This record gives sequence, C-alpha cells and structure tokens, in this order.
Amino acid sequence: MTTVTATRPTADTDDTRSHALAHARIMLRRNLRHMQRYPSLTLMVTMMPLVFLLLFVYVFGGTLGSGLGGGMPPGMHGGRAAYAAYVAPGIILMAVAGAAQGTAIAVAQDMTEGIIARFRTMAVARSSVLTGHVVGATVQTLIGVSVVTGAAIAVGFRPHANAVDWLAALGVILLLTFAVTWLCVGLGLSSKSVETASNAPMFLMLLPFLGSGFVPTSSLPVGMRWFAEFQPFTPVNETLRGLLTGTKIGDNGVVTVAWCVGVAAVSYVWSRRLYEREPKAG
Amino acid sequence: MNTSTHDDTAAISARGLYKAFGEKVVLDGIDLTVRQGTVLALLGPNGAGKTTAVHLLTTYLRPDAGEIRIAGRDAVKEAQAVRRAIGVTGQFSAVDGYLTGRENLMLMADLHLLPKRVGRRTAEELLERFELGEAGDKPASTYSGGMKRKLDLAMTLVGDPKVIFLDEPTTGLDPRSRRTMWDIIRGLVAAGTTLLLTTQYLEEADQLADRVAVLDGGRIVAEGTPAELKARIPGGHIELSFADRAQLEAAARVLGPAGGRDDEGLTLQLPGDARVSTLWPLLQRLNDASVEVEALAVHTPDLDDVFFALTGRKGA
Repeated sequence: MTTVTATRPTADTDDTRSHALAHARIMLRRNLRHMQRYPSLTLMVTMMPLVFLLLFVYVFGGTLGSGLGGGMPPGMHGGRAAYAAYVAPGIILMAVAGAAQGTAIAVAQDMTEGIIARFRTMAVARSSVLTGHVVGATVQTLIGVSVVTGAAIAVGFRPHANAVDWLAALGVILLLTFAVTWLCVGLGLSSKSVETASNAPMFLMLLPFLGSGFVPTSSLPVGMRWFAEFQPFTPVNETLRGLLTGTKIGDNGVVTVAWCVGVAAVSYVWSRRLYEREPKAG
Repeated sequence: MNTSTHDDTAAISARGLYKAFGEKVVLDGIDLTVRQGTVLALLGPNGAGKTTAVHLLTTYLRPDAGEIRIAGRDAVKEAQAVRRAIGVTGQFSAVDGYLTGRENLMLMADLHLLPKRVGRRTAEELLERFELGEAGDKPASTYSGGMKRKLDLAMTLVGDPKVIFLDEPTTGLDPRSRRTMWDIIRGLVAAGTTLLLTTQYLEEADQLADRVAVLDGGRIVAEGTPAELKARIPGGHIELSFADRAQLEAAARVLGPAGGRDDEGLTLQLPGDARVSTLWPLLQRLNDASVEVEALAVHTPDLDDVFFALTGRKGA
C-alpha cells in the first residue's frame, strides 16, 4: 500500500522531472568519485575474471582446447590458442557479472549512509540516485570488460571481427550490463545487510560455467545440458562468440535481446519500487 | 477543537498528525504551530515520537492521518515544494563519508542547481563559518562527532532554507561542541529562520526556544513559552538545612506547619522565592528565636520540574 501511494505522481512532480537529468548527472559524479576513493571494490571485481582467464587458458587450456570438438572456433584445430578463443566471451560475461556484484554491494552500502535519508527530504528527483548507480556501474563494467578483453588478446585470443561486429558486440555487452546491473541494484536494495548484498548475486558468476562459457553444452550430462541451453547466459555467450570469432549465431541474437530487455524491465520496476517504498522508521 | 484550521501565517502548521507502525501508535493526533521566525522545541523522552514527528513534517514519512502545511504548502500533496523550502538535519549523520567536507557542501549546492561559482563561494563561506576550513579537504569519514554534526548542519544551510528542522542537534556532543552548536542556532534565529528542534535536554529547550511543546507517548501534553510552562507547576521553594534534630524542631515551631519537613535529611521546605522581601522576614524570625541555620538554598522551578510534573518521570 505504501508503495502505491509513494509512486503515485503528485501535483508537483513535473518540475523536478525536468531536473532529473541534472540530478542524475550529479549522482553519477558522486558514484564515480566513490569508485575513485574506494578502488578496492573495482579492483576485486576485475581481478576475479582475470584470474579465471589465466587459470583456464594456462592450466586447463591445453587439454580443454583439444576436446572442444564441434565447439572449435572456425579455423582452429585445438590446443591452448583454440581454448583462449573459446573461453574469451565467457570471461567477458564474467567481468560483467562481477561488476554487477560490485554494484549490489555499492548500492547496499549506500543505503546504509545517512545521506540517502537527506536526499529524501530534498527536492531531488527520486530516480536520480539509482540512475547514478546504474550509469556509474556501466562505466565501471566497460573498464573491467576492456581490461579483460585486452588480457584475453594478450594470452592468444584473436578475434576476427570487423567494425560492425565490434559495435554489435559492444551493444550486446551493454544490454547485458544494463540487465544484470538493474537486477543487482534490486538485490542491493532488498538486502538487509551489505554481506547479504555481496552474496546474493553470486549465482551470476556461476552462470557462465553452467552454460556454454567454458565448455560446449553438448559435452554436459543431460540434466545440466538442458539447464545450460535454456539459461540466459548461453544465448548471450553464443551471440558474443559469434560476433567476435565468427561462429554461427542463429536465433541466439533475438533470444539475447529478449532476455536482457525482460530482465532489465522487471528489475527496473522492482528496484524503483524498493527505493520508493516508505523507509523504515528510524 | 476544530482540527481543520491552519494558521496561514505560520511557517509550520500541523493538525491531527497520526502515525502508527503496525500496531504501535507513535503519534496520536498532535497539533503544532510555529510562527515565522520563531523557535519551537519539541521536548520529550526517548520514544516519545519526536523523530517520527520530524519525519512527517519533513516529508520523509507520510502521516496516516492529519494535515501538514510548511511555508503554506501541503506536505503530502506538494511534497517537492515543501522540500524546496526546508532544511533538515537528522539525528544520524547525513554526510557522505567518502567525500571531503568541501565536496559534501558542493554536492548540496549542485543539487540545489546553484551556479558553480556561487556553489564554491557558499561552500567556502560555510566551511569558514563552521570552523571546518582546515578539515575542508579531508574525507568526512575522518571527522570527529562534533565536526560531522557541524558539517551536517552546514549542508542543511546550503540553499538558504527558510524553515529548518533539527532532530536532537546536540545529542552525543561534548559540552564545548554543544555551546558552539547553540551559538550557531542562535545565529540562524537572529537571521530570521524558523526553527523546529527536538531535544531531550530541558536546558536546551530553555536556552533556545521561544515555545516548548512537551511530547510524551505520542501526545502533546503541554505547550507554551518556557516561562508559561514554569508558571504551571508549583512555584519555587526555599530549603533550610539544620545541624541537628533540635534545631530542626525549633525552626518548625517558629515557622509553623507551612512547608515540607524531612526529619532524615534535617531539612525544611517552605514556599517562596529568592526575593529579599521573602527571605528577610523569614531569616529575621529564625534569628529572633536563636535558631541556627546550617544552609539555605533557593530553588527556582526549571523545565525539569515541568517535565516531571507533566509526565511523572524525571527528565534526562
């Protein structure tokens, strides 16, 4: 009930709506400054996919590369280089998921700060706090993705993508970022503590493993294969792989867009509701 | 009482405010009026509903029932307009710990959409005025409790609000910081700001407020100027202490059964005040009867007595 009354537009919301953009920009600047002052979170979420990249390419890569079978990137014949090419898109997705986990932590952390209570009694556009987090997280994610992509290239990943493919790949990454970031904003807002917020998005880091990120789904046992083929990270992974290495995309592109838009829309509505609900008595 | 009339000239006017959290009624229909340029202290013990009252008046929470008008605007229907008119310093520090003091002030200036140049100047002035100049470029998380409180209030003043709410502005401050805070508050009042502050400290209400509303168990149990409230309770008294029982007996015989008598503590209490015309005849009579008085104390009623008389509990 409180949610409904809180979101109902009141007579004077219109003039703050025109300030929404300015306020969102101010909040973004605040979030970027937080990241700059507290870089360990950014560093931690970027390190994780890097470690996995090195581990999988250098430790398991030689063996896994030869077992790719039908999942072999075009023009490759097994070995470490083939596996580096195979695993790179999955590692990029891990970077996106890792950054989103950082967002959940940052949002939960922020909600414990008294300044959020101050914003609620100021003529600040309500949406600006969350928008600031999402745009800030997107910047952070893109930095993480660039680092990871660079590292993948350094260990032997050779994408054959033209400019249009790269742009499309960036689009896919942004779409996924938008979806998981809004999801993690919701998880951060709904968490009772910062610890919960840090654990809740853990499953996002696991999803690339339980899909086509590290091995072709055809090599998985039946039950797991069924899950792997239907969970959202698989079509995203296959689309990205197709754009970067030239494998067949098929209907994965459409499925990717549908999943991302769906998750983003539901998470956006959920997050806004959580933020606009009447705060607990303090 | 007609609960629908507001005093249109009042800066803060609330009628029939009611708020419950689940089963627990926190505010049970309170009325408040604060005239422009005056200070109202909302006085009450922990759990009386002071913070909830501030939350409702500042649009942080919505009332379940009742009406609020701040600077002539409805706090529920025109929440954003009210937010533009007010400044709020909550009970818990509302500063951004990652940002420096100056950045915190600039953040406020930006949110008020002040031009950059004006924002910088405002931040500079406030840092100076609150003696935070040296700490201006350190992260707020490194500030002491008193400094955080000052920064908090400084942030509230960016944008020049006409109506300010302070929820327990000095709770947890050391005596020196409390004095500083009082001076700052007096400065605001001198500049014509309307102020509502909550406090558990009777002395604070006495020092700062034009009017005091005593909140207890979600209701206003008394309202008036500090002087009016003091006048409501039994007047002051004179306390005489004696060396032994014999002197106490002698004094009681001379003065009659008018006041209270404490055989254990060897004291007598008599109605009266500190005026010479009251004390002189009293001392004269004791002197004539050769009664030796060990000590004499004159007790003027303070808000503590008011509080005790109204709520049946001792104040803080």
